[in-house]
Amino acid sequence: MIEEYDPREGRLLSLLNEEGELARLPAGMPRLPDEQALAAYKTMVLARQADEWALNLNRQGRMPTYPLNKGQEANSIGALMALRPDDWFVPAFRELGGMLTRGIGLKQWFLYWYGNESANHMPLDTYRMLPISIPVGSQPLHAVGIAWAERYRGTDRIALTFTGEGGTSEGEFHEACNLAGVWKAGVIIFVQNNWWSISLPWSRQSAAATAAEKGFAYGFPGIRVDGNDLFAVYAATALAADRARSGQGPTLIEGLTYRLGAHTTSDDPTKYRTDAEVKEWEPKDPLLRLERYLVKAKKLSPEEPERLREQSFACAQAAFEEAEQTPDPDLEDTFRWHFVEMPEMMTRQLERRKA
Amino acid sequence: MKVLTLIEAVTDALRTEMASDRSVVVFGEDVGVEGGVFRATVGLQKSFGAERCFDTPVSEAGVVGAAVGMAVAGLKPVVEIQFSGFAFPAFNQIVSHVARIRNRTRGAMSAPMVIRMPYGGGIRAPEHHSESVEALFGHVPGLKVVIPSTPHDAKGLLISAIRDPDPVIFLEPSRAYRSVRQEVPEEPYTIEIGAAHVEAEGEDLTLVSYGAQMIEARQARAALAAEGRSVELIDLRTIYPFDARAVVESVRKTGRLLVVHEGPQSFGVAAELITTVMEHAFDQLEAPPARLAGPDVIFPMPRGEKHYLIGTEAVCAEARKVMSYEP
Repeated sequence: MIEEYDPREGRLLSLLNEEGELARLPAGMPRLPDEQALAAYKTMVLARQADEWALNLNRQGRMPTYPLNKGQEANSIGALMALRPDDWFVPAFRELGGMLTRGIGLKQWFLYWYGNESANHMPLDTYRMLPISIPVGSQPLHAVGIAWAERYRGTDRIALTFTGEGGTSEGEFHEACNLAGVWKAGVIIFVQNNWWSISLPWSRQSAAATAAEKGFAYGFPGIRVDGNDLFAVYAATALAADRARSGQGPTLIEGLTYRLGAHTTSDDPTKYRTDAEVKEWEPKDPLLRLERYLVKAKKLSPEEPERLREQSFACAQAAFEEAEQTPDPDLEDTFRWHFVEMPEMMTRQLERRKA
Repeated sequence: MKVLTLIEAVTDALRTEMASDRSVVVFGEDVGVEGGVFRATVGLQKSFGAERCFDTPVSEAGVVGAAVGMAVAGLKPVVEIQFSGFAFPAFNQIVSHVARIRNRTRGAMSAPMVIRMPYGGGIRAPEHHSESVEALFGHVPGLKVVIPSTPHDAKGLLISAIRDPDPVIFLEPSRAYRSVRQEVPEEPYTIEIGAAHVEAEGEDLTLVSYGAQMIEARQARAALAAEGRSVELIDLRTIYPFDARAVVESVRKTGRLLVVHEGPQSFGVAAELITTVMEHAFDQLEAPPARLAGPDVIFPMPRGEKHYLIGTEAVCAEARKVMSYEP
């Protein structure tokens, strides 16, 4: 089915329009049930409120550098909803919605960006998620290795990894796609295309028309989806998951989206992109679209969004406070996790710091 | 006991661990059908199948990056980088992920693996085939760096590295691959990572080296013995975490230290060892500790190798200087 959406022929999988109207799904197209769409909406509201609160906190000087997710939430939420809980999730660093969908608490997310590594102490068996990966484009390889290991052990678990479109310029992205193709790995490589690699537009990152078409060069399909359309993201990922699980190999998904905020709180997007461009994307906001759909489908009363926003904002405030009140890692903690057994020279260095 | 070369001992260790632990998988460029360009993995694919010993594309970052995923998922990858000079495309994976996963997750995950690579000069190879990279990796927090100098140590250290719960960079001295033969026990055995080996005792000087440079160090010790000098020879065996205790204890006894290594001098292993000795045995020193290391130059191509490598006579000369020093 994925093959029917060949990006080289200009095809784009889009199911939910800006008015919140869901298209009739073609036969065989996986449909996210309304109850799950409602759950996704709640996660999206929480992610959005968390994001806005983090920006505010940053301006108050309480939150260090923070990567904004606003506008991109549907990609990772929709994709994670198409996975089994025991499938692997290998994120980059702009997948807050996906992490919340996986059951990671908002406090953990805040604690990480607040600068406390203990946030990454997440038991593998519970979350089956690798920690946030900051070196751009380096983590898809991990997903490929994981998928290889799962097949070696005879399980049908698959791996889903994310990178921004910026990551597609990295050599390691190429190597990940190449190995995924050669090994027919049970992996989904999800490219969140927000069109800007910090300040560099897509047109200057690649001469290829789409990121999705790159998959074909590695011997597997790529599909372009409207990444601000939860239903389309879910459907594409569910199709890709089927392919991966049944041994048909990898799929590259390019989710077209837009970062409505800055790359991180440390940059100023007005320097490189126009207000008009941002304005053009605002009505395509995945949150608004889903809200319209759910209200029309009577899954959400017209008053509920405001109430949910308030609740979520309170939730974000509480989660950050919890993060802020978490004790800093102690001196020993900074040393003790490098090796199972601390070498003597490190012990000496630690003792010296203690003195 | 069988008499093996260093590279045969490497193969023996791989075979031993693959036989006893199904989570051990071996892969890299040309390691499967061909058995590796130096033949370190010869016969493994035949014995254990193409699933457990396989060839990859020329993709060093890919090999190590995929190994990270496999290790996190519970396998024990043992990967081969064809030459240490080709490790650099994988440097990001090694430094940013291999070395960090345990610390990043505060112990929730880890990426134990062995990254094997031949290193060092003297094999008359093209450019990029002769680098000594131990100091580069030794400087990265979170990595263990091990270098055997004998067949016996190669087997024991490699088995230890494979069983180690942390990632190990295993540097194999290509110049010594076939030049040293030794009796090696057929059964599995381990050698402690982080423990130096006092190979020969002596009274007048502590001579520390490792890897292929041990060949000249041994010859120098013998030559100096003929001159009536008694040299204590230490094979460091592990670059990180290095055995400071063994070196310091020896220097306390001899009062004199010479460190010899092929890798470039500045910020090298000798600098670290000598500083450690100064910190812990300054009062026992009878001469300034000395180092004889590769110059800070790019390793020359074969016609210029002679200008780089440290021969036995150079070691002897430097050792004599340290031993005859009087304040």
